[in-house]
Amino acid sequence: MQWGSLENFLNMGGYAKFVWGSFVVTAVLLAGEVVLLRRRHRAALADARRHARLGRDA
Amino acid sequence: MNLFKFSSPQTFYPLAGRLAPLFWGLAAVLGAVGLYIGFFVAPTDFQQGDSYRIIFIHVPAAWMSMFLYLVMAVWAAVGLVLNTRLSSMMATALAPTGALMTFIALWTGSLWGRPTWGTWWVWDARLTSELILLFLYIGFMALHASIDEPRRADKAAAILAIVGVVNVPIIYFSVKWWNTLHQGSSVSLTKSPSMAATMLAGMLVMALAFWMYSIAAGLTRVRSIILERERNSAWAGAMQEN
Repeated sequence: MQWGSLENFLNMGGYAKFVWGSFVVTAVLLAGEVVLLRRRHRAALADARRHARLGRDA
Repeated sequence: MNLFKFSSPQTFYPLAGRLAPLFWGLAAVLGAVGLYIGFFVAPTDFQQGDSYRIIFIHVPAAWMSMFLYLVMAVWAAVGLVLNTRLSSMMATALAPTGALMTFIALWTGSLWGRPTWGTWWVWDARLTSELILLFLYIGFMALHASIDEPRRADKAAAILAIVGVVNVPIIYFSVKWWNTLHQGSSVSLTKSPSMAATMLAGMLVMALAFWMYSIAAGLTRVRSIILERERNSAWAGAMQEN
């Protein structure tokens, strides 16, 4: 274990701002895309079902 | 087996639904392994200290930003030439993920540039052409969204995507063609890499993770697009799963 302590790990040799600024923002953006993808798919499914019902009733 | 049957949205939809979880899973596993190597196996760089660890997302994201653009443009071109709807849907599905990868490459590059070059941004050929790539993705999405009729939108956006392809080799070779602040490539097919083996391993595993992520995101998004466009057809309304 090269870091020795959690504090050293989080400190990233003094580059914490840059390293975590990169990794955390990337993680948030990717997670955000996953959430949006899920939301869009649920909406698309609901919309397709609604259209199918309208089609049958007409 | 006739692979062409998957070129119809209706038959591709369930196939993509089966494949997507596989790629999400691979992305998660490879991402975990890559981060482990990147933070706990790869040593501190003797010149850059730990700031170099940004490479584990910067390079994979930058590679994906260029590669996704090429794939998007190829699908758009196929949709334009062969008039296949699914190809155009694939192109549309890749654009947001490509834009995201481009943004991540620019963002992490900026955070890496500050401690190593002393500046967040410089208008050198590499950075500028990568920024243009972001604008091309945004332009593709904006143009597509601005035209109501989907097939016309596909065709107009395809032209933009195809013209924009010229920017990708400019990004890739910019560090050779011009005197850039951005360094040349650390990894190439013709010479041995100029970095430690564990660093290289971490970067390549992360690159694979980004690949799997992009495929998973593309497959998931194309399913939504298929449903949105085919909602008036009977099969789309009959979809019971999630």
